[in-house]
Amino acid sequence: MSSSATEAKQQATFKVYRGDADNGEHHTYTVPVEEGMVVLDGLHHIQANDCPDLAVRWNCKAAKCGSCSAEVNGKPSLLCKTRMDALPLDEPITVTPLRAFPVMKDLVTDVSWNYEKNKQIKPFTPKNEDTDNWEMYQEDAERAQEFRKCIECFLCQDTCHVLRNHDKKANFFGPRFMVRLASLDMHPYDTEDRLSFIKDTAGVNYCNITKCCTEVCPEDIKITDNAIIPLKERVVDEYYDPIQGLLKMLGLKKARK
Amino acid sequence: MAVNAAELLRTDELGKTERNDIWWTEPLLVVSTLVIFSMYVFWAVTQNANFEVGPYLSPFYSPDLRHTFPALFAQFPWLSPAYLVLWIPLAFRGTCYYARRAYYRSFFLTPPACSVGPSQTASELYEGETKFPFVLLHLHRYFFILAAILAIFHWKHFMDAFFFEQGMGVGVGTVVVGIDALFLTLYVFSCHSWRHLLAGKLNCFTCGAFEKMRHTGWKNQSLLNEKHAQYFWLSLATVWFADVYIRMVASGQWRDVIYIFGQGFTTL
Repeated sequence: MSSSATEAKQQATFKVYRGDADNGEHHTYTVPVEEGMVVLDGLHHIQANDCPDLAVRWNCKAAKCGSCSAEVNGKPSLLCKTRMDALPLDEPITVTPLRAFPVMKDLVTDVSWNYEKNKQIKPFTPKNEDTDNWEMYQEDAERAQEFRKCIECFLCQDTCHVLRNHDKKANFFGPRFMVRLASLDMHPYDTEDRLSFIKDTAGVNYCNITKCCTEVCPEDIKITDNAIIPLKERVVDEYYDPIQGLLKMLGLKKARK
Repeated sequence: MAVNAAELLRTDELGKTERNDIWWTEPLLVVSTLVIFSMYVFWAVTQNANFEVGPYLSPFYSPDLRHTFPALFAQFPWLSPAYLVLWIPLAFRGTCYYARRAYYRSFFLTPPACSVGPSQTASELYEGETKFPFVLLHLHRYFFILAAILAIFHWKHFMDAFFFEQGMGVGVGTVVVGIDALFLTLYVFSCHSWRHLLAGKLNCFTCGAFEKMRHTGWKNQSLLNEKHAQYFWLSLATVWFADVYIRMVASGQWRDVIYIFGQGFTTL
């Protein structure tokens, strides 16, 4: 017998949340580890061999669709982007659903709150409809291009403690929509004044800059530095800067419409 | 056995997490460092002694008010000049966007680390930066301007640190003061509010020559801004060491080696 045949294949122990919004528990499974395997492969192995009714949402398996968001060892992660060789295999791999949203079944959560918030944002409102004659230089486009990388996996929403721990969903739209609002507010052709919406409805100042959203973003968008802090500074210009406020009172600076 | 899902997946308990890494090291290090630093600063400024020697001035006592307003300090000899200036760097650091990340996590535990349960009290009271006193953090841009002026004074102290009683030269203290000025400058000018004032507030970077110039500055400053956290800690370390060094030399514990141009090595 060859040595490889006699060597036992490495095993990983998965502790997976099974249940719904009311009741659930962690089930333990053993999965053989293959080279290049990701956590989603392990869950597929469990579906194929142990429980075909394990609910897990996935689609592209290339970290581009944002479907397979869950928490691996307590960290919001894309299941298809979390490599097994990056995890300590001498202890169980815990896989649970996103904590910030209601569980539907097993690892699938109801993220529809995000789509409802998104509908409240007034879409791009250009100066004119003649989009064929627009000229836009790369310098002006690149900020929005970074924000357009967002795949709406909602990992940033899940890790944001304002939504996750303090349940301020009525006050704060979360990092994903700060990114969308930044891409609109910074657009040179957008005419909509969004600052009061950003401050009062979207609640930008509920963010306290802990930067967890940036840490989990699979597209490496610098959410805090490039979207949230610039929006906060714009809100400060309009609402909190005492000198700019005085200049507006004296009529030396135009107030935004 | 299936249990209540809300209980199993709850997130609102301090330290509750399924993370299996040592997430608590960062808040512990931040708290330890900032508490020890604050205690040292309090001690150093209340000493009101050993803060200058030869051409060197402790950065905690910059700008040099004692020699600018000698009558004031002769009348109130107990008054440490550091009391009058130290609020500027403290306010700049206290309102800094990176520092907020550090102290909200480490001191307020909101949250102590990503995906780790926060303090329940803080959770119940949490209003972000919408209410007093946290709303005052929005004044960061003004403390940036004051800190930028302070950085200019630090460079002046660096220039002064070449002029010894024996003549012009370079001492170890000159290098220490220079490194402090360098990292303070990098920390101050990598500021997020400065990034906004430079050009971040613009929607069009190419709509005029002035806007293009501002965009070039913004783009270069953005490279510095990416390292703002590192500069926060490096400048904290270098300003701390500069005070320790000058205090040790001033109290006679350490000898400062200097090279006087055209004369050779000597000590201070």
